[in-house]
Amino acid sequence: MSERLEATRNAYGEALVELGRTNKNVVVLDADLSPSTKTSKFAEEFPERFFDVGVAEANLISMAAGFASAGKTAFASTFSVFGTEKGLNQFKQSAAYPKLNVKLVVTHGGISVGEDGVSHFCIEDIAVMRSLPNVTVVVPADAVETRVATKAIAEYEGPVFMRLSRPKTPLIYEEGYRYAGTDLTFHLGKSVTLKEGEDVTIVATGLMVVEALVAASDLAKEGIDAGVINVHTIKPLDQEAILRAARKSGAIVTAEEHNILGGLGGAVAEVLVENTPVPMARVGIRNSFGESGPWKELFAKYGLTSSDILKKVKEVMKRRG
Amino acid sequence: MAPFGGKTAPHDEDLIKKLDAIALSLRSDSLIMTTKACSGHIGGSLSAADIVAALYFHHLRHDPKNPDWEDRGRFILSKGHACPVIYAALAKAGYFSREELWALRKIGSILQGHPDMRRTPGIETSTGTLGQGLSIGEGMALAARLDGKSYRVYVLLGDGELDEGQVWEAAMSASHYRIDNLTAIVDLNSHQLSGCTDKIMSLRPVADKWRAFGWHVIEIDGHQMKQILDSLDEAERIKDKPTVIIAHTNKGKGVSFIEKSFAEGHSEYHGIPLTESELAQALEELHE
Ligand SMILES: Cc1ncc(C[n+]2csc(CCOP(=O)(O)OP(=O)(O)O)c2C)c(N)n1
Repeated sequence: MSERLEATRNAYGEALVELGRTNKNVVVLDADLSPSTKTSKFAEEFPERFFDVGVAEANLISMAAGFASAGKTAFASTFSVFGTEKGLNQFKQSAAYPKLNVKLVVTHGGISVGEDGVSHFCIEDIAVMRSLPNVTVVVPADAVETRVATKAIAEYEGPVFMRLSRPKTPLIYEEGYRYAGTDLTFHLGKSVTLKEGEDVTIVATGLMVVEALVAASDLAKEGIDAGVINVHTIKPLDQEAILRAARKSGAIVTAEEHNILGGLGGAVAEVLVENTPVPMARVGIRNSFGESGPWKELFAKYGLTSSDILKKVKEVMKRRG
Repeated sequence: MAPFGGKTAPHDEDLIKKLDAIALSLRSDSLIMTTKACSGHIGGSLSAADIVAALYFHHLRHDPKNPDWEDRGRFILSKGHACPVIYAALAKAGYFSREELWALRKIGSILQGHPDMRRTPGIETSTGTLGQGLSIGEGMALAARLDGKSYRVYVLLGDGELDEGQVWEAAMSASHYRIDNLTAIVDLNSHQLSGCTDKIMSLRPVADKWRAFGWHVIEIDGHQMKQILDSLDEAERIKDKPTVIIAHTNKGKGVSFIEKSFAEGHSEYHGIPLTESELAQALEELHE
């Protein structure tokens, strides 16, 4: 992990500009949040391909579907809470059902939004979006992964929901998508095994991947060999990797900045229970809306730190016996 | 008898002076609390300060000792991000101590980043997602009608907020149901989050739009206390249809460098608080 910090939304803004240069078919829409979602960068360079609809998320998403029906690759951005919830039926009816090339890329996912508080948090987006047929759900773990993911979803034909974050967070990958000296390739629907483990595997997504890596290295000091899998695509889920880890390490802990209901934990539980039931525990927000505060303090209060993962690892290992 | 509100004209000089002074203090407390919180929305708090002073310290019937008083007037901050100015008013009116303002947006605070009716005494509705307040206000106003109550409902909206389709769904149903105990106030400061409304999403002609939806429209200068008070009285006299007061305001009103920044088309003072030194400069200007 590097000392350098960058917000995933910032990487998205830059990646969109790159995309705009090479792919003239890309259009970008926003709903009066472009300085925050960073689509403002694209707007500056390609004003003729950028459309701000004002504070009107339903219009945002159905308009994107219209562009997609006419052959464009349409990126629509706003905060997760507004994109997921104010445009949900629009996304389902006008984009997901007809399998249109709409990329709903939202920033300010989870509670790392911080001080704005509950009205601006979104801890149900993964659950809601993964329950829609045809929709690919992507949650990158850092800025480097966001750059390659943005490119990948543009190349992929079909509706995508990608969730990004507000704060600056540590880079897990080296520039160009390298990890521990190895070049990686980003594949939608495939996870990245960052570390193999014999005793337990932590399956994490988004900002919780950093916490999972810290937990794994703390556990190593106690003689516990924990693997870490980064699930950047929640749907379709990389079942093979999860089942392999379950068989190898015999216990799974999931970690996500999301309600414990219906998100990554739910998705992993579904796979395990139908294939290889092993002891499992979920780290996430325990069915509470949260409150305003600095995001790191919120992570501590609502159980989203490496030590929360560590506790769950011990609990699950005890259950396995 | 409530300690605040329910009063109508005449609006004499002394009253106007008093309310102007209160508006100033709401402006400065909005700026202080957001700087202390290192976050929060100031532009839209300052533009609404005169309207909020007129409501909370003269027109709106309410009792800080009894926030749940059945017959209170209901105020809904539909543009929830401007809550600093409401928190300042609630503290000044006596719902809680001024000290609470300095815990804005901190963990455990009664003052959330956006209004929370379960945590903050005096907050009527939980808002923050734009576009919902007018619909909620209609529900309250119709409930008053059913219960034979005389209370009125006030909803403060932003002009950017008018982009939301739901506002127009509510505009349609309010006139359909002839809701005349509902006053909407639009803080028309000509800016939204990412720029001027004329550039991001034009609303023109805004008064005609409301008229076309069946509303009685009053246009005022939202910084002229007498005009604000008179318009609130006029709205009460209009029967059989809802009234909207379109208040022309300046985003950042009262602090020249903030007003100037908006006038030049910048948006950073929408959602970013003042630095300590900017705050000192702003407070000096407000109180000179
Ligand atoms: C549904 C929704 N979409 C987006 C936002 C983010 N947002 C907060 S304030 C704002 C602009 C509001 O402009 P306006 O209503 O004119 O408020 P003012 O200028 O008075 O502050 C936006 C888009 C939100 N709070 N709710």
